[in-house]
Amino acid sequence: MAAQDAAIKASSDTLFSGSSRGSRRNMGQFIRWALLFGGGILMIMPIVFMLSTSLKFPFEVYNLNLIPEEPTIENYTYVLADGRFFGWFWNSLIIATLTTVSAVFFDALVGYALCKFKFPGRYLIFIAILSTLMIPTEMLVIPWYLMSKSFGWLDTYWGIMFPGIMTAFGTFLMKQFFETVPDDFLEAARIDGLNEFQIWWQVAMPLVRPALAALAIFVFLGNWTAFIWPLIVTNSVDMYTLPVGLSSFGDEVDVAWELIMTGAAISTLPTLVVFLVFQRFIIRGVVMAGLKG
Amino acid sequence: MATLSLRNLVKTYGKVEVLHGIGLDVADGEFVVLVGPSGCGKSTTLRMIAGLEEVSGGEIHIGDRLVNDLEPKDRDIAMVFQNYAIYPHMSVRRNIGFGLRTARMPKADKEKRIEEVAAILGMTDLLERRPNQLSGGQRQRVAIGRAMVRNPAVFLFDEPLSNLDAQLRTQMRLEIKKLHQRVGNTIIFVTHDQVEAMTMADRIVIMKDGHIQQVGTPLEVYHKPANIFVAQFIGAPSMNMLPGIWSKGGVTLADGARIALPHRKATEGAEVVLGLRPDDLLVTQDKGLFSGTVNIVEPLGADTLVHVAVNGHEVIAKASGREPPKTGATVALTADAGEMHLFDAGNGEALP
Repeated sequence: MAAQDAAIKASSDTLFSGSSRGSRRNMGQFIRWALLFGGGILMIMPIVFMLSTSLKFPFEVYNLNLIPEEPTIENYTYVLADGRFFGWFWNSLIIATLTTVSAVFFDALVGYALCKFKFPGRYLIFIAILSTLMIPTEMLVIPWYLMSKSFGWLDTYWGIMFPGIMTAFGTFLMKQFFETVPDDFLEAARIDGLNEFQIWWQVAMPLVRPALAALAIFVFLGNWTAFIWPLIVTNSVDMYTLPVGLSSFGDEVDVAWELIMTGAAISTLPTLVVFLVFQRFIIRGVVMAGLKG
Repeated sequence: MATLSLRNLVKTYGKVEVLHGIGLDVADGEFVVLVGPSGCGKSTTLRMIAGLEEVSGGEIHIGDRLVNDLEPKDRDIAMVFQNYAIYPHMSVRRNIGFGLRTARMPKADKEKRIEEVAAILGMTDLLERRPNQLSGGQRQRVAIGRAMVRNPAVFLFDEPLSNLDAQLRTQMRLEIKKLHQRVGNTIIFVTHDQVEAMTMADRIVIMKDGHIQQVGTPLEVYHKPANIFVAQFIGAPSMNMLPGIWSKGGVTLADGARIALPHRKATEGAEVVLGLRPDDLLVTQDKGLFSGTVNIVEPLGADTLVHVAVNGHEVIAKASGREPPKTGATVALTADAGEMHLFDAGNGEALP
């Protein structure tokens, strides 16, 4: 009898401790989900607020309600009917696209050279490039402006673009990715008769496509949303980029937040397209099936 | 097709010399295997022939051309890498045809050549596949196809079978040998596997520490090794080595056992090493040359390898597969004097 009792007690202890472990696991999962949910809300709130404000009349802008009392698309018709908006949109599109193409091309080229060619001083050059990451943009705009002024680049596409045609971050990123490309591929191509540029373009570049896609997204978004430098280097309204143009909605006494939010909502579309196009390459990942691994 | 000649080839990395004046002549259409342990300089030699490493000294001739300063693409060579190095973003067809991109020939001829090579390698049905849809052996064939398509003067193989499993390695070994018999190009093949070297080569070049130890046919290097290193490197299991003293036309081993070698010559009283291949050292019921205690028995089916402790040295001998001796037993060992090898204990060189 005593043995039976002991057995029952032991099994109930086991059951209890089992359920305790289970509830601890559930609690942990709950906390994780709650944190993620909270993070998600924080991320999406500005976008929801932007869309909400873009659907409000001016009198309701300073109400923080998410659902407008009297929703309207008047702001969209106004912004789209304003000829300046498309000009700014076009400026931003041209600048962000050209800068992205240029930065991806040159960053990959320099990153490859620093990674795959052995020449004296390459570490020094790499460190010099990296060290430029530590200088804030605010410090650079003055020399950039002086340079633009003396070369006559003020109020031109080139003036807006030139600081971003090559990036230290991109060079670093690409160098690190090229480290993962085995030299055997490059040597095989060398024997197959390709010159060094062809090896880079035809063999090495396709192998780092995910990195190129990631860099393209970063650079495009960075240039699409750039504000300080385009604001400084442009004088005429026609040369404004979208963020600079949007900030000019309103007058000295009032800021037309509903129009700014409407413009911002429209301006997110290209970034969404760029992300969706390049995300494919990132997700696909590097396929190193040509090598025995 | 072409001859290949290495003359006093030297390679240095900074102040460190890793190849010390290699000399080798390879005949047109010959299959030469460079073999040796890791760090012996075999891959460096191959990469210098390919033009992937600069030549620090000496000359490389392909055919009648000095190629020291030529780019890899201008040397008329093709190389198969250990890791295949076939381009993952291209189909098998594009991979094989990649070497023809710069060739000045009509597109139709290029396509025909790709089809021919694919047919030889049995890959016609796989031409549109990507490398990640191929097995290891198929990928290796693509790499060979890419080399073949240009019909180069010299094929260079850098340990191409070392990533394959044992069965596939044996199969690919045969395929490469057949391929050589069919196309007849000059081949330089690097491996650390002496079985690959023995089974494939017309001639084997055995290297150690940046020096060539011996060049010869597989049977020459097996039966007449130039030194102790070659004797132990070629053949599996390795040759048994027993130290002794040369006196009166024979070797006296440490335990006093005397083995007469009437046709050999050495300085009286010199320290020598007696070499005996396990295949030639037999366990016998009669009175043998010497005896020892069986430590380990390795049945192979037809034969049995027996590890025997003789005067503090372990030697491997061969016994019958049907009635192998038992561990711990004392056995007598015998060998034919004609199959024994004699080396100078000082410099390791073979004695006549």
